[in-house]
Amino acid sequence: MKFVLKSVAVAALSLTLASAFAQKGETVKIALIDPQTGLMGPVGMNQMRSWQFFAEKFSASNPAGVKFEMVAFDNKLSPAESLNAFKAALDQGVRYITQGNGSSVAGALIDAVNKHNERNPGKEVIFLNYAAVDPDFTNSKCSYWHFRFDADTSMKMEAMTTFMKDQKDVKAVYLLNQNYSHGQQVAKFAKENLARKRPDVKVVGEDLHPLAQVRDFAPYIAKIKASGADTVITGNWGSDLALLIKAANEGGYTGKFYTYYTGVTGTPTALGTGGEGRVFQVAYQHYNMGGQMGKWADEFKARVKDDMYTGAIPTAFNVLSAAMAKAKSTDPVKVAAAMEGIKVNNFNGEVEMRKNDHQLQQPLYLTVWQKADKKYPYSPENTGMTLAPVKEFPSYVSSTPTSCEMKRPG
Amino acid sequence: MEFFIISMLNGVSYGLLLFLLSSGLTLIFSMMGVLNFAHASFYMLGAYIGYSVAQLVGFWPGLIVAPLVVGALGALFERLTLRRVHKFGHVPELLVTFGLSYIVLELVQLIWGRTAVEFAPPELLRGPAFTLVHHANDTLEWFWGSVDGAVCAGQGVICSPFPATRGFMMLVALLMLVSLWLLLTRTRIGLIIQAALTHPEMVESLGHNVPRVLMLVFGAGTGLAGLAGVIGGSTFVTEPNMAATVGSVIFVVVVVGGMGSLSGAFLASLLIGVIQTFAVGLDHSFVSVAQQLGMEVSDAMRENSVLKLTLSQVAPILPYLFLVLILIFRPKGLLGTREG
Repeated sequence: MKFVLKSVAVAALSLTLASAFAQKGETVKIALIDPQTGLMGPVGMNQMRSWQFFAEKFSASNPAGVKFEMVAFDNKLSPAESLNAFKAALDQGVRYITQGNGSSVAGALIDAVNKHNERNPGKEVIFLNYAAVDPDFTNSKCSYWHFRFDADTSMKMEAMTTFMKDQKDVKAVYLLNQNYSHGQQVAKFAKENLARKRPDVKVVGEDLHPLAQVRDFAPYIAKIKASGADTVITGNWGSDLALLIKAANEGGYTGKFYTYYTGVTGTPTALGTGGEGRVFQVAYQHYNMGGQMGKWADEFKARVKDDMYTGAIPTAFNVLSAAMAKAKSTDPVKVAAAMEGIKVNNFNGEVEMRKNDHQLQQPLYLTVWQKADKKYPYSPENTGMTLAPVKEFPSYVSSTPTSCEMKRPG
Repeated sequence: MEFFIISMLNGVSYGLLLFLLSSGLTLIFSMMGVLNFAHASFYMLGAYIGYSVAQLVGFWPGLIVAPLVVGALGALFERLTLRRVHKFGHVPELLVTFGLSYIVLELVQLIWGRTAVEFAPPELLRGPAFTLVHHANDTLEWFWGSVDGAVCAGQGVICSPFPATRGFMMLVALLMLVSLWLLLTRTRIGLIIQAALTHPEMVESLGHNVPRVLMLVFGAGTGLAGLAGVIGGSTFVTEPNMAATVGSVIFVVVVVGGMGSLSGAFLASLLIGVIQTFAVGLDHSFVSVAQQLGMEVSDAMRENSVLKLTLSQVAPILPYLFLVLILIFRPKGLLGTREG
């Protein structure tokens, strides 16, 4: 049930012809490989629309003068389906792929891209990772062809625990996460960082549950309550977070939640007016940033009737087009070289694509769930609530060291 | 203590939902010998039709209309398709229901979209059914509905509300169980159904229309699935994957309970619901148990990704392990009479 959203024959033709000219006016096709069906479908659909929205915005104006075009594939959150989609994208002449939902999928795609590029010189592909946050991808498994625009788990946890350091009411923490690379990493970094910054905090419980399998989180809530935890740290996303918080509200759990993905489809509705002042999120953006981002978010909401929460998408377009302008080409080999170490002005300040590991260095924000007001008016899913910024962390605070020893081509 | 009570209630309510589903499947199987692969699809249809009716006229009419519509669709399917392939034996019957499950999935995605719809329970069921309050002096108190926030804010006080949707789920399933039992044992139609189960020719020669009885049973079975769908869909999530996830679990229930045994299905549903719920609370793995028993555990064993899995991590897939064990040790199921 892979479905291609746009006919691409014409674009494929123009891509092969255009290599003789400068990059100006070229069409750059980007294949989006993410779930559009199933429990995580709503998140994937929202992000697909975001990619299309920003492809249009950046096509109208970008420093390289190129046009962007999206080709979307439904991978059903499955690594195997993603590899099929990757092959289909290659057949259509795509040289840039992007994916974000599920580090399990991203890992498989990184391997596939590495192998493809090794075996097909002259047809290299770049992987733009906009949301898969497993730190391994920029450490032990780092790849020259992989660029990450989200902040990884270790960076977000660094920021989150820097905030928790000063929260005296945090005494007993429960770690509830999805049982795959991302969830395991969240649990691991939470324990390490808490031990370093708040040795007095006790981790009273830890749970890993299968990804997108659990319908009923009530047993987990009963367990969390019984453990006496006053705080839950969770990297859950999509339905896994929405159902968790729904169960917490129904089960009368009154502790705090420190999350990565509260602003994502379905979760604001599940939270409703409950959880005021108790649910925190750490991310590279928030709903009330104003400026260019505010305008984009309003326009997106008016047009798509949904919230734009994946700021890594405009960041990716921003960095990619700057690198294309610098390389004076859309050839992935030249663009990858240009993207290393590039600094651009982004909606969240100046960001840098670190050369060592291809991890974007960017500011992070800690926000809290509260009533929308004059100062912070944006209300996700029309809940009347908002995520109001509590603290901003400059790039250096959340920056984490890397062990990446990158093999560069040539 | 309140952890035990709440977990028990969570487990029992989930188990009763499974029973609501598997009772229809069992009914159909014991009557017609047809393992209806599309049973969970009727559950999903119930949820979606209930959702649509609820959007138009409210939840309560939806709760009545959706099972009737689903039951009628089921009866129609039996009349138009299943009866025609009946003469070719069980395998074509099974394949037809298998095919139907795919068609229903595609139809649901075409009509209602590929993502979850927001099927909220009615206002009446949104709050807690009752609240357990654990006081600081270790006494438990029981309140109907919700309690004042001030009571729960006290030092050392733990409030455990139990959602009304779950209470309602239990109530409906129990009502269904009782009326089904009364219908089968105390009414004329029930006697005919029971007789048609074992001696269809005899019943036919006594002048009863056995094919029509079968159609009614199929309709009733799918109607029950539809009812479970409205309740399950509004309590958990209504989305196109719900048939697939529930479908595999109800087959476990039917096999574990014993093919065709209604009381077996009841027992197995409760067992699976309770086991799954309590397993979440148990952080024991092979490694930790071995260590507690005083066994030497090597580093390699401690880091083995399978051996160090805790029971809480495998809780969602525990029913399938249960299924395998039953098939090995008691193939006819807990209360089944047929040989496996």
